[in-house]
Amino acid sequence: MTPRTARLRHDSLDAVPSISGERARLTTAFYREHLGRHSTPVLRAMNFYALCDQKTLWMGEGELIVGERGPAPKAVPTYPELTCHSAEDLRILDTRPKTSYKVAPEVVAEYERDIIPYWRGRSLRDQMFAQLPAEWHDAYAAGCFTEFMEQRAPGHTVGDGKLYRKGMLDFKADIARADAALDFARDPEALDKREQLRAMAIACDAVIRFAGRHADLAERAARASDDPDRRQELEAIAAVCRHVPAHAPRTFHEALQAYWFCHLAVITELNGWDAFSPGHLDQHLWPFYQQGLADGTLTRESARELIECFFIKFNNHTSPPKVGVTAAESGTYTDFANINLAGLLRDGSDGSNAVTHLLLDVIDDMHLLQPSSNMQVSRKTPDHVLKHGLTVIRNGYGFPSLFNADAVVEEQLRQGKTPEDAREGGCSGCVEVGAFGKEAYILTGYFNLMKMLELALHDGFDARTGTYVGARTGDPAGFTTFDELFAAFETQVRHGLDVKIRGNQLIERLFATRMPHTFLSVITDDCIARGKDYNAGGARYNNTFIQAVGIGSLTDSLSALKELVYDKAEWPLARLVEALDADFTGNAPLKQRLLHKTHKYGNDDEQADALMRRSFQMLFEAIDGRPNTKGGAYRLEMLPTTSHVYFGEVCLASADGRGEGQPVSEGISPVQGADRHGPTAVLRSAAKMDHIKTGGTLLNMKFSPDLLAGDSGIDHLQSLVRSYFKMDGHHMQFNVVTAATLREAMAHPAAHRDLIVRVAGYSDYFCDLSEALQEEIIRRTEHASF
Amino acid sequence: MPQGLIFNVQRFSLHDGPGVRSTVFLKGCPLHCTWCHNPESQSPRPEFVRLVHRCMRCGRCGEEELANPVVTGRDDADVELCPTGALQAVGRTVTPEALVAELLHDRIFFDESGGGVTFSGGEPLMQAAFATECLRRLDAEGVHTALDTCGFARWQDLADAAAHADLVLFDLKLMDDARHRAATGVSNDRILENLRTLARSHSHIWIRVPVIPGVNDDAPNLDATAAFVAELPGVRRVELLPYHATGEPKFARVGLAYALPDTTPPDRARLEHLAAHFRDRGLTTTLGGHP
Repeated sequence: MTPRTARLRHDSLDAVPSISGERARLTTAFYREHLGRHSTPVLRAMNFYALCDQKTLWMGEGELIVGERGPAPKAVPTYPELTCHSAEDLRILDTRPKTSYKVAPEVVAEYERDIIPYWRGRSLRDQMFAQLPAEWHDAYAAGCFTEFMEQRAPGHTVGDGKLYRKGMLDFKADIARADAALDFARDPEALDKREQLRAMAIACDAVIRFAGRHADLAERAARASDDPDRRQELEAIAAVCRHVPAHAPRTFHEALQAYWFCHLAVITELNGWDAFSPGHLDQHLWPFYQQGLADGTLTRESARELIECFFIKFNNHTSPPKVGVTAAESGTYTDFANINLAGLLRDGSDGSNAVTHLLLDVIDDMHLLQPSSNMQVSRKTPDHVLKHGLTVIRNGYGFPSLFNADAVVEEQLRQGKTPEDAREGGCSGCVEVGAFGKEAYILTGYFNLMKMLELALHDGFDARTGTYVGARTGDPAGFTTFDELFAAFETQVRHGLDVKIRGNQLIERLFATRMPHTFLSVITDDCIARGKDYNAGGARYNNTFIQAVGIGSLTDSLSALKELVYDKAEWPLARLVEALDADFTGNAPLKQRLLHKTHKYGNDDEQADALMRRSFQMLFEAIDGRPNTKGGAYRLEMLPTTSHVYFGEVCLASADGRGEGQPVSEGISPVQGADRHGPTAVLRSAAKMDHIKTGGTLLNMKFSPDLLAGDSGIDHLQSLVRSYFKMDGHHMQFNVVTAATLREAMAHPAAHRDLIVRVAGYSDYFCDLSEALQEEIIRRTEHASF
Repeated sequence: MPQGLIFNVQRFSLHDGPGVRSTVFLKGCPLHCTWCHNPESQSPRPEFVRLVHRCMRCGRCGEEELANPVVTGRDDADVELCPTGALQAVGRTVTPEALVAELLHDRIFFDESGGGVTFSGGEPLMQAAFATECLRRLDAEGVHTALDTCGFARWQDLADAAAHADLVLFDLKLMDDARHRAATGVSNDRILENLRTLARSHSHIWIRVPVIPGVNDDAPNLDATAAFVAELPGVRRVELLPYHATGEPKFARVGLAYALPDTTPPDRARLEHLAAHFRDRGLTTTLGGHP
């Protein structure tokens, strides 16, 4: 870090997340004046323009990359048209012990006076909840699934190379051509398309206006500055903001700033999930880097400082505040922006370059929460590149996570994408696969596998809410074979998915018709060509995902039920269910036996792993290929964020020996501590899942630092990674920290504020995690050296 | 087909030869080293142990029995019924066929890392026919094989096993015969003779010297060891393995007394210092199993 970036980093870490009322105020005023005068897309684009035109700008001392979503770093706007926080929500955000947001009394007062009265009953969330059927509400309350879109917009996407090759004026020319080609004589949707295209053009103008205001501000600041060096920097910033994003970037600095304006535009118009991401940043920056070094306008050091300034911008952007169940499933400040490293080029050749190493150095040096980073590891990725990544991982911040680039391509080919589009894609959010710049790949919610099994054992009855939320699969005493039990489980899964997807279809249409994302549509192929919004099927590819959670706990539970109830016939199912319902009270030896003496996933034990495969295949068949509302299909993913803790809380004790309310397993990792045969056995078990049929799986591993010491430690880790990826494994990530250190951090949080750990597909400050999640991470098996 | 008695298969084993390996621990050892870190490996018969910290007092075992560190009168059926896994069998009988099939599960990791399978113990040559058959089968599969031996075996047994081992890890503890007898219970005559003979025909031998403070870490012993090893043509490397105390609590469980006085493991600087004895004679020497 340079002194400049060290200071900016320090300021960013020190900034306290707070709620800004400005966006809510501007949007409310805009809607009061304009609602009903324009088509929905144009109304949304005009609101976006108004925000870009009027929002308070921020230009921090010493910054080289400029622009904030809120009026200051970590001042987070709200989106009342989507979710209107109640005064009570705001008070909870202000005072809750973990991941709180400061809320000034004036903001609460303004909400009570202006914002809430206007949006209550009008916000999309209110409309959504009013329209969703009772069966959905019951299943949601029981914790059968979560719903991503109830307070944040669909997003989950990533920019591609065109952001570095085209300016907004080029996109406007594309829009004009599409508009000119509309055929009102033959196309019944021509008017809708024209409105959508008009909206996109307004969105382009909005970003140009936003950049222009920054140029004005930089020029004013330059005139006022006494420091000749800073004056020169401000003049350079002004020149950059005059050029991009109206025009395509010409330099390394312009390339970063152009992306950053696009990023801010995406997250200002709507609060989409996972913010937005630069995708293959090393590949995108490579031509600018080479050219800058060649013409002498750039050095490795100056490039690095610009990247550091760019990274700090991400870290300034805390996620929009969530409430209720969504806060429990995703209780974090991180907004899941994720940078891809290495991977493949469009033509299938190795995509790593000198900027890959530069980015790794920055990641290692700055260890910020955001942006996340991942390395796309292909067969073609050279060992020295992977080893550089592993060396950064060894330092223990969980970055970068590792993906199998060849599997990522194959997964997309199965979904019908072209090889080129698949290679230009990659991973974002936690582990999700998409064709960058060409796909709306929307996550719709976590799906609680353990609740489905619980419902199968209780004829569809949820004890916690006292409601029949599942299918009536009958008294479990009547399941005379394991296959009958499994069939009841499958019925519950299919029923739960039906309820979830019936809700999804409604929610998707609400977003398609009421909340178009006009700017994101500009930069996502083929929204312009189709005259359709990102949220309405305009993208070239449209996959909708459901993320199943708890496959490890499920496998171990099925394995125990099969063994005790059917194979050995020692426990009648009814009696075992009684013992589970009583949380093993009076049955302590049973709990111990279930914990220690049954076949468990994660040990390369075919008896358990065969049940994992059977469950996975059943899930896949139940989900994959169902049509969504956008011409695309439903797909399966296996990742949890933090929902495995929430899902455990709403479940009774289970046959894997898990106590009532305890977390279920996360991702495709084994149950915490159930894997006893080391990392190769874990990887073998995990690879028995057919990863290619998913849109992403998540595997966490924890290593003690001594295991990875020295060059040989890196060699061993590399061979684990390469082997898992040879077996088509999708993703793996590592925590390199001892359980003792984590315990110490729990006891003395103040001394460990900077301790970053890998949670699910992202890293977080350990001390910001809920106690249940902290305990869960400590229980994950620590692989030590033998 | 010869059956074997093994007490563990350690997957992702990183310190018993190159790469990622699986190490098979065979039960039974002719030596009784005071510092042994696998005392449960010494007896050639199956044994039972109880990890008292895991016991939940379920009532199957009486309090009096639990107070006894050594398990008596229990069998495999009791192990099966113990709910917490506190009661464990040390030693399971396997056929070469079944064991090799199990070991091949990690083949992809062996291939990727240049690793393979190591037979250790105990002393694998206590079950020479079994060990040789396993090595032969793995060798035929193209898996890299290693034999970790104390060298106290019939020459023909060692020669047969080594013929199917890509690498022999040969332990040398003490050069003085009287001291060797005192520390291990046996003479080193046969060990040194076997090594001399083996080194003429086998070209991949690593000498492993456990560094036990106060027992064998003196200059005369190390110097004599180095002088002996430096003359052997097949030796590629010397590994100094620092003493560690993890074996101590296991002695009582199998009814053995821990005779080694309170000993502090040697630190890295000490090992570096000792390595000079070997390096000075041109021997490639690594510490603690790490290259």
